[in-house]
Amino acid sequence: MDWIQTFNLTVGVILDPLTAAYILCAIGLSVHFGFTGLLNFGQAAFAAVGAYGMAIGYLTLKLPLLVAMGFALLCVVLFALILGVPTLRLRADYLAIVTIAASEVFRYLMSTSAFKDVTGGSNGLSQFGYDFFDWNPIPDGQYNFGPFNWTADQFWLRVFSFGLVGVATLLVWLMMRSPWGRVLKGIREDEDAVRSLGKNVFSYKLQSLIIGGLFAGMGGIVFVLSMSNVQPQTWVTNFTFMVWTVLLLGGAASMLGPIAGGMVFFALWVFVNEILAGMASIGWLPFLDPAQVGQVRFILIGLALMLLVIFRPQGMFGNKKELRFNG
Amino acid sequence: MANDIVVGKIEPGCKKVDPILVADNVTRQFGGLTAVNVEHLEIPRGKITALIGPNGAGKTTLFNLLTGFDKPNTGSWQFEGKNLAGVPSYKVARRGMVRTFQLTKSLNAMTVIENMRLGAQKQSGENLFAGIAQMWRSQEARITEAADNLLARFKLDAKREDYAGSLSGGQRKLLEMARALMSEPKLIMLDEPMAGVNPALTQSLLEHIKGLKANGTTVLFVEHDMHMVRHISDWVIVMAEGKVVAEGEPSVVMKDQAVIDAYLGAHHDTDLGTMKKGK
Repeated sequence: MDWIQTFNLTVGVILDPLTAAYILCAIGLSVHFGFTGLLNFGQAAFAAVGAYGMAIGYLTLKLPLLVAMGFALLCVVLFALILGVPTLRLRADYLAIVTIAASEVFRYLMSTSAFKDVTGGSNGLSQFGYDFFDWNPIPDGQYNFGPFNWTADQFWLRVFSFGLVGVATLLVWLMMRSPWGRVLKGIREDEDAVRSLGKNVFSYKLQSLIIGGLFAGMGGIVFVLSMSNVQPQTWVTNFTFMVWTVLLLGGAASMLGPIAGGMVFFALWVFVNEILAGMASIGWLPFLDPAQVGQVRFILIGLALMLLVIFRPQGMFGNKKELRFNG
Repeated sequence: MANDIVVGKIEPGCKKVDPILVADNVTRQFGGLTAVNVEHLEIPRGKITALIGPNGAGKTTLFNLLTGFDKPNTGSWQFEGKNLAGVPSYKVARRGMVRTFQLTKSLNAMTVIENMRLGAQKQSGENLFAGIAQMWRSQEARITEAADNLLARFKLDAKREDYAGSLSGGQRKLLEMARALMSEPKLIMLDEPMAGVNPALTQSLLEHIKGLKANGTTVLFVEHDMHMVRHISDWVIVMAEGKVVAEGEPSVVMKDQAVIDAYLGAHHDTDLGTMKKGK
């Protein structure tokens, strides 16, 4: 087992753009679930709409990349409206069912060969990200900070993606300390009480769905810029559940929760993988084939999620009092 | 006395001198059951009106219908002369008709003061962009001051920073009422305000409700505590099986044989303790 490699991989993933993508999705989910109480199980779809919106905007509509990003966010708003207007009058658990179904519908629409010319079908889309690296203001070269070793492009991608994380966190902080955020928290506790105080609950829920969706859309954009392609199978329900784990690990109604949750989750994700693979390869785990390590990891993460919800529902950064009195 | 409230004869559904709320032909059926069937009802402005009746009489359902929390099968009603039928509940509240709930709806994972601030109307920071742009600070200070005054009056000021979920049932009732008052309603509708509130607090709460009247607020409340009804209400409306069966001044209505039979029971006026002793 190569401990130095294990360490470098584990630490390296903390500042990986994919980690930032999940964090952005988790920030969006914290607006939905943590602050408004909306049970959104289709966060993958919001990210996918952002990702496909940018790729299609650039490749099919021939928009400049920055405009394509704006177009992607516009698509997210539309998607939130289409999803929200008929469903937000429903009770919370119905919303969960509808969102999970909608995200699967969207994924199948993207992978079907009927729209292959636009969506790329099951092959997805690529070759849309070059302009992004043309924007790179960081001079060429190799950048080494302790365990972090990046090329200029890798550095730029991290600056961009974690910059978005910072902006999103700041925005959520400003929103949630304002009277607007107070209405959302009231809705999380009891919709009817908030209605009786003269607030248009439906409008606030829709705003929350759109804003949380926009952060997820940014997450999707970061994800595909990092991968330099869009694949329909990325946006499976597993994606949504990983986002949920990140959020619950950090704390659903906290500012630093999604960030810390994302970093810790992916560090553990890589660490467990390396350890299990290493132990399997030197024969310490006779029942485990090295190829099975990937699946075992999912089992362990599922177990961790269950234990977390049972024993520490407020996550690492959540306020215990905000959850303790629920129910 | 009666003629400063009523025009003409006192009977169920009688005309009022100055009604704030007028309902006509309001019905609500749940399957085959007619929960509410009110032909005509007027609530006098600036008075304290009690709505009483046995369990299942349709009092809470009527509250829900009038405030837009439930939709009637038929009916129309006007608040201050303006139609209110079909108006969503949040707009009803904005027009100045605010209600509380029988099962208290305090917002448990928010602090007491945040609960109170949420009750205020026209806080421009409740708009997303104004909220982000911090354009609500001075308004917030005014709202907080009003909230602190109300909390002091309801003896909840010591609990200001506590989570509402940590309050007792009675304190939550008080909080809900104080929160409703934050909007400075014209008509406040209280659904069993005294349920679960301890006797010492009941007294101050009664004074408080009287104080509301003095400030010009109209009060309509549902209550089973007859002593409270007699003590503070100017007018009593009795419902049974969805219909308004009697109306009148408290002293008169409570002597009405039909009301006593339907609701109060023969021994309504005697203390249970005395009854036992008398035997």
